Amino acid sequence: MIKLKINGQEQTWEGDPTLPLLWFIRDEVGLTGTKFGCGEALCGACTVLLDKEAVRSCVTAVSDVAGREVTTIEGLHPTGDHPVQKAWRQANVPQCGFCQAGQIMQAASLLMQNPKPSHDQIREAMSGNICRCGCYQRIENAVHLASTGV
Amino acid sequence: MNIIANPNKLRGFERSIKVENVSRRDIVKGLGIAGAFVLAAPLTSRPALAAYETGAGKMPHGVVVDPRVFVSIAPDGMVTIIAHRSEMGTGVRTSLPLIVAEEMEADWSRVHVQQAPGDEAKYGNQDTDGSRSTRHYLLPMRQIGACARTMLEAAAAKRWGVPATEVKAANHEVVHNASGRKIGFGELAADAAKEPVPNIDGLKLKDPKDFRYLGKGEVSIVDLRDITTGTARYGADVRLPGMKYAVIARPPVTGGKLVSFDGSEAMKVPGVEKVMEVKGWPWPSKFQPLGGVAVIARNTGAAIKGRDALKLIWDDGANGKYDSVSYRTELEAAARKPGLVVRKEGDVDAALKGADKVVVGEYYLPHLAHVSMEPPVAVANVKGDKAEIWAPVQSPGGTHEDVAKTLGIPVENVTVNVTLLGGGFGRKSKCDFALEAALLSKELGAPVKVQWTREDDVRHDFLHTVSVERIEAGLDKNGKVIAWRHRSVAPSIASTFAAGAVHQAPFELGMGLIDMPFEIANIQCENPEAAAHTRIGWFRSVSNIPRAFAVQSMVGEIAHATNRDQKEMLLELIGSPRIVNLSSVKDPWNYGEPYSSYPIDTARLRKVVELVAEKGEWGRSVPKGHGLGIAVHRSFVSYIATIVEVAVDEKGKLTVPRVDTAIDCGTFVNPERIQSQLEGAAVMGLSLAKYGEITFKDGKVQQKNLDDFPVIRIDESPRVTNVYIVPPGPETPPSGVGEPGVPPFAPALVNAIFAATGKRIRALPIGKQLET
Ligand code: FES
Ligand code: FES
Repeated sequence: MIKLKINGQEQTWEGDPTLPLLWFIRDEVGLTGTKFGCGEALCGACTVLLDKEAVRSCVTAVSDVAGREVTTIEGLHPTGDHPVQKAWRQANVPQCGFCQAGQIMQAASLLMQNPKPSHDQIREAMSGNICRCGCYQRIENAVHLASTGV
Repeated sequence: MNIIANPNKLRGFERSIKVENVSRRDIVKGLGIAGAFVLAAPLTSRPALAAYETGAGKMPHGVVVDPRVFVSIAPDGMVTIIAHRSEMGTGVRTSLPLIVAEEMEADWSRVHVQQAPGDEAKYGNQDTDGSRSTRHYLLPMRQIGACARTMLEAAAAKRWGVPATEVKAANHEVVHNASGRKIGFGELAADAAKEPVPNIDGLKLKDPKDFRYLGKGEVSIVDLRDITTGTARYGADVRLPGMKYAVIARPPVTGGKLVSFDGSEAMKVPGVEKVMEVKGWPWPSKFQPLGGVAVIARNTGAAIKGRDALKLIWDDGANGKYDSVSYRTELEAAARKPGLVVRKEGDVDAALKGADKVVVGEYYLPHLAHVSMEPPVAVANVKGDKAEIWAPVQSPGGTHEDVAKTLGIPVENVTVNVTLLGGGFGRKSKCDFALEAALLSKELGAPVKVQWTREDDVRHDFLHTVSVERIEAGLDKNGKVIAWRHRSVAPSIASTFAAGAVHQAPFELGMGLIDMPFEIANIQCENPEAAAHTRIGWFRSVSNIPRAFAVQSMVGEIAHATNRDQKEMLLELIGSPRIVNLSSVKDPWNYGEPYSSYPIDTARLRKVVELVAEKGEWGRSVPKGHGLGIAVHRSFVSYIATIVEVAVDEKGKLTVPRVDTAIDCGTFVNPERIQSQLEGAAVMGLSLAKYGEITFKDGKVQQKNLDDFPVIRIDESPRVTNVYIVPPGPETPPSGVGEPGVPPFAPALVNAIFAATGKRIRALPIGKQLET
């Protein structure tokens, strides 16, 4: 049996240990904020935090995170008011919104590691997250806003 | 108007909406230094838009203008407004209800938006495509709001025993100025519902100078908070008790069939519960499923793993020879010979023969996949002769009808709940994935979710067509263009509906071919034959992509051949301000709109060119290795001009430091969402220009995921995209926004590349063509 914590809650899994964490989170635990976009670590829609690090849950087996602490978009902030989430709303970032949970988790991880990234560093750090709607200009500005307040 | 004692009684995709009002200042602040958002001139007071005719009434099931269908008021004053079109990122789920709220004087912070299920008999047409929502519904939504306001005012006047002319609705209450009495919407709701629905002809619409919301861009989308907290519900997020998870192995070649399969290895995968055949339809069959073998499991991961273990034998059928390399040669050969004449003015053959110089451009644009961020997905629960579907569909009404037909049950027994769409771009106008879920659920006797993987999405899309566009332009000795022949050859979307369709349909010919606006004495447009070998469908802006690419690249080529500035050349070709006369065209289509309301107006075309040139600083000096390109295109009855600045380094690496786009989309609702659509269009335009290509070999798509069908990522996206909106004239009807930003981008880009490098790109994608 595999035990792990998701958003502070203990979860257990007795099925296939190679099951991608994404499907464990979405289908078995029922937290649907984390999205499926490619299954191959190409798009970032499935990004969650493992401690402070952003990981692609579609290529992470449940067994890889045994005993670890996973944070999904639902657990990023108790009231949904993490500085990145607030900046996202202030800058009206989303179009369809489907990529945005992954974008926000990636941005939150970036700011934990580099609280004041330059625009070039933002573009570099966010380049694993695709937005097919093309909200990139606002994503870049919102990360900047979250880090600087302006 | 309805009164709802218990709001839970309402059908459909019920969700509570929290609205965050973001002030204009905050929006601008949020945008930071990059991406200035500028209205070309302030919106001033103007008379209420006079009634204008649109093609809305000719859409299936037409338009329903009935406040009782779209508006409910609860006793506590909460106003519920129905959004009957699908939200895929354009903001329509916010903007249409906002129009109703504006006109009925509702306070937006006390409005719930509720998504309508697919039911066109009740709501009117729901096809969310063709950049039609605002264009077709601005006036009807205003009328619905005005009806509701009139009924509320009448109810208040009766209660106070004063003439209705003495009372006025304002900000969620009705006021009697003479006595200072006020009464809230909630308190009036029951009485207002008893008032007759006013005749729309006599309705008084608000004076636009009194607008609180429309045209201002200060209201954020209703789903904003849910999207940022992970609680917004898309198709895949629907979970039902006892629901099974399915993925399907489909025939790798369009029109192929399953010969046999062995699911024994798949059944050994932990979590897999069943392997079963799915019914398929012969090609072409509109949007019916392709068929194949489904793996049913307790979660999606197990189903995918099980599918990998299937042993499958297919019969590829007649399209098994489809090969993109040889098909391109066929299209080129067809474009070099005369084809069906679809527009003819003057005598092009004679004029080309007599020309001092002929400039020829032959352009190739490949198939594209939509790759909306959310792959197709649907949940179905079929019990006996009843079916309920949850799906991210652009065609709620069509899905409603197609599910009933496919299952052979009455349409009244089908409920289609429309979730949010994680992007659509035309892919989700085809409901094959919902039909698959319905068929599987029926057979399993349990609710089921069918999830398409990205590989499924890339390999079994209804692809954007592939085309060769060939233009010959004849110039006189002064460099004036006197002849223009454009041959467009591409498999038609009609081939998805009927076997043997080899010519483009009027709705494709009307996208940049026959409606070409230049003032040239001799014009001939031809459409040689092309047979389809895969499913062709609508892709955001459709045939406008190849047409605008060819026509606007050609402008750049002629400018170069005659040593003139691109913008000056463009304005010369557009010619005098006039309404283009298309009397030589049998079916000018015009996006389904009456030409009287939506003519091709070259004054508006010139205006967006001049506006983008001024704001985008056309002609500015740029560093070495940089270049500027310009293009303009009318599509979805809107006018858009784009300037792209490119930088190409010594190795041929392409970057885009700046994009400027000007749009004239007539009267508009939410400029902030227009801006976001055009920012996104620049990214999508860059994606298709730089990388977009689906190829076939032995009838099979050769790409599979976002590594071999790449799209632009943030590190390659334009550094800044500026958007300028032409303020509408007092009587300019609304026109499209979602799609028209895409077509001018790629030609502006290649014109810029030519300016930077002297290299003319005539085939997309650019790929490695610039590498040295
Ligand atoms: S779904 Fe995991 S990176 Fe795309
Ligand atoms: S907002 Fe649609 S994919 Fe990013």
